[in-house]
Amino acid sequence: MNAETGIGASALRKEDARFITGKGQYTDDINVFGQTFCVFVRSPHARAKIKSIDTASAMAVAGVIRVFTGDELTADGIGDLPCGWVVTSKDGNPMVAPAHPPIATEFVNYVGEPYAFVVAETLQAARDGAEAVSADFEVLEAVVDTGTATSSAQIHENVANNQAYDWELGDKDATDAAFAQADHVTSLDIVNNRLIPNAIEPRAALGSYDAASQTYTLYTTSQNPHVERVVLALFVQVAPEANLRVISPDVGGGFGSKIFVYAEETAVIWASAKIGRPIKWRADRSESFLSDAHGRDHVTKAELALSSSGEMLGLRVKTIANMGAYLSTFSSSVPTYLYGTLMAGQYKTPAIYVETQAVFTNTAPVDAYRGAGRPEATYVVERLVETAARELGMDPVELRRINFIPTDAFPYQTPVALQYDTGNYAASMAKALELADSDGYMARKAASEAAGKLRGRGYSCYIEACGLAPSQLVLQLGAGVGLFESAEVRVDVSGSVTVMTGSHSHGQGHETTFAQLVSDRLGIPFDSVNVIHGDTGRSDYGLGTYGSRSIAVGGSAIDKALDKIIAKGKKIAAHMFETTDDQVDFADGQFSYAGSNEPKPFAEIAGAAYIPAVYPLDELEPGLSEKAFYDPSNFTYPAGSYVCEVEIDPTTGETDIAKFVAVDDFGNVINPMIVEGQVHGGIAQGIGQALLEHGIYDSSGNLATGSYMDYAMPRADDLPDFQVDMTSTPCTHNPLGVKGCGEAGAIGSPAAVMNAITDALGVKDVSMPATPQTVWQTIQQGT
Amino acid sequence: MEEHGEFLIPASRNEVWRALQDPLVLKQCIDGCEQMTVINADEFECAVTVKIGPVKARFNGTISILEAVQPESYTLKVAAEGGAAGFGQGQAHVQLHETNEGTRLTYAVEGSIGGKLAQIGSRLIQSFSRKMARSFFESFSKQWVA
Repeated sequence: MNAETGIGASALRKEDARFITGKGQYTDDINVFGQTFCVFVRSPHARAKIKSIDTASAMAVAGVIRVFTGDELTADGIGDLPCGWVVTSKDGNPMVAPAHPPIATEFVNYVGEPYAFVVAETLQAARDGAEAVSADFEVLEAVVDTGTATSSAQIHENVANNQAYDWELGDKDATDAAFAQADHVTSLDIVNNRLIPNAIEPRAALGSYDAASQTYTLYTTSQNPHVERVVLALFVQVAPEANLRVISPDVGGGFGSKIFVYAEETAVIWASAKIGRPIKWRADRSESFLSDAHGRDHVTKAELALSSSGEMLGLRVKTIANMGAYLSTFSSSVPTYLYGTLMAGQYKTPAIYVETQAVFTNTAPVDAYRGAGRPEATYVVERLVETAARELGMDPVELRRINFIPTDAFPYQTPVALQYDTGNYAASMAKALELADSDGYMARKAASEAAGKLRGRGYSCYIEACGLAPSQLVLQLGAGVGLFESAEVRVDVSGSVTVMTGSHSHGQGHETTFAQLVSDRLGIPFDSVNVIHGDTGRSDYGLGTYGSRSIAVGGSAIDKALDKIIAKGKKIAAHMFETTDDQVDFADGQFSYAGSNEPKPFAEIAGAAYIPAVYPLDELEPGLSEKAFYDPSNFTYPAGSYVCEVEIDPTTGETDIAKFVAVDDFGNVINPMIVEGQVHGGIAQGIGQALLEHGIYDSSGNLATGSYMDYAMPRADDLPDFQVDMTSTPCTHNPLGVKGCGEAGAIGSPAAVMNAITDALGVKDVSMPATPQTVWQTIQQGT
Repeated sequence: MEEHGEFLIPASRNEVWRALQDPLVLKQCIDGCEQMTVINADEFECAVTVKIGPVKARFNGTISILEAVQPESYTLKVAAEGGAAGFGQGQAHVQLHETNEGTRLTYAVEGSIGGKLAQIGSRLIQSFSRKMARSFFESFSKQWVA
């Protein structure tokens, strides 16, 4: 292995040279001949009937080419934006989805929903045109509040009680019985605050239609261009799949918000054929706030049953999840299969029952956001566990320890469907306590108190399920797609390698990590590996990047293709050595045979593959290029222990994160530097949720936090110097032993921060975000 | 959004009452008012250009006088459309009390906004409406100051 670039080395990222010198090629950097510009006209009302739309004045604006309304798309056979996962209710009925035309036709149902769009020669003309579009609305009563949505005005004609589904998981009777025997029950009413993703690059799309070849090309900011392509072809019916190429070039952050198929790219690619010219759209920041799918927004009642000695006996959770106005692409799976299934956490709780009611409101659609269901589950479990320890007068570390699933219990079947393959939770906890200088805490607390500050400490031991996911399992549960991944490893004549992956990098560093994997396994230089992603015209298929799946599923697919490359290389080498392929070994980039002292370097075999002089072509095809599809047999289960210490100024209510320790078990790690960066980013977002971020709609459904003046993103000075370390129990079911690291920080951190804050204040609960105002008021009320 | 306040005006209650119904006076006292048209005795149309933080827009609105109890109190109902900038609506309840120094005018305003204004201006709107209301009644009471 090469110490600088092999598996386990912190190789510097290949992609950073272009990113930090402004050479990245993002969707908005791409310009094509004849390009026009598009601006969407968005509803100013949270709920209204569209009585009429006046496009005449917009058409009169100089430079405006066309103004389109939703009716034109409908008339042209453009379908609704679908939700790709059908969740089944307790009563056996499938979820109820409202019609979701890309461009609103009869009703608008959230502020920012597009009801027309203007295409013009210049962006300025398109903006002027959009301002000139006016509609006559009959304003209707808006439904905004998650907790009371089911008893509010009915939003969609076909959705009674504004309820998409009422889902359950686990054994209700066993759980009720556990509560009946319990010595102690801890209960919490929890609100998981709505978050707005805020990727640094806003969503964008550039659609063009080539009449000569009848093909469409869509550049867009998608985390999964193949899924975008299949949805646009099969469901929305913009174009036949074979005639549609979707390219996601460099993408500046996604966090889930760019998984989904949105109205804008649908409109742009469709309209490009109507006007016969390419159309570009790029959201401005205000549009991103209004129209990107938001995250979280749960209202939950959670109860934990315990014995007097702290043994966890049962867990009961009832959640209302806000879906927003429509079901976004994967929204239905987030508060169910990515949430309820995680309620065992790291513990051997024998009985668990989870109910989730998904409701509609007149707000932007809510879908997966970094962690997607798992941060909400961890928050429920870890807030409950910490609160229970306080109520029982136990050390929260000790309470966790006695309930951890022991290392000899793996594979461990939880009562909520998942089977954990491996883990060592006590090891992560021990390392975290050591790193956090747990023994020195009382002295630090005394020092804070001497300075007039309140110090508190909180823990969070999270589990997550990632590496999405075994296809047949998720298809059985209602998913509309399999969740395997594809890879193609194309060895060039000279021995360099081009890898086509169905994963997509929008900050994760795949060009580096995947190159490390290939270079390590083939023993070729890191710089000889070129990783291509994000283009349906270049890679076979792919399910994209979300749910921390790229290395576990995409990486495993590459590994599988590499197995095939090596196997074929051995066959070629066998002919050169005049032996059989089972006699050929491959290691450190050399094919060798015990009967020869002249091993063949990988590049020589590559050359021989394409200049096929030495082997019979009727037995062995020329060339050296292999494809693989990898379908995981289980989820992967990263887990970790986080410790947070806060220092609160009681005079201002300001919380300072004094210490943040994260010890994660991601199994094997390809590039520790990249993993550490992912953990840092995740924790920053988790601290953002805990202290700062809150998407708020006012009672009429206006987004009151629609800009950075009102929506607080974490900044460098809100964050401490993270202390990050790792333990490792390699995943047992994928060839690399990897688990995935993209979401862990955002999943584990909010509970750690809030456990620390409630400890410092000596109160049972504080709602997120714990802004200075909230904390100060809590101190004044003393509850 | 809610806002209330009071002003002491050195004039009799009847004088103040009359001025409050006078479209010309109203036009002079509303910041940015470009036009004030009488529809009937209880209804005016106006065009006002306002700047709230980063949003500058011309609003077209109607002002209706409701629940008038001469010369003691009335309610002004305002509905305004600002195109792409958004829209607003509100009510101002005005009461006039006779005192030794003149007329004490008290007002209570409540209103709501929507559209772009609400998205990027929600934090500014409270101080804006306070400023707008104060400025109106200040200008209004200045008529009687020589």
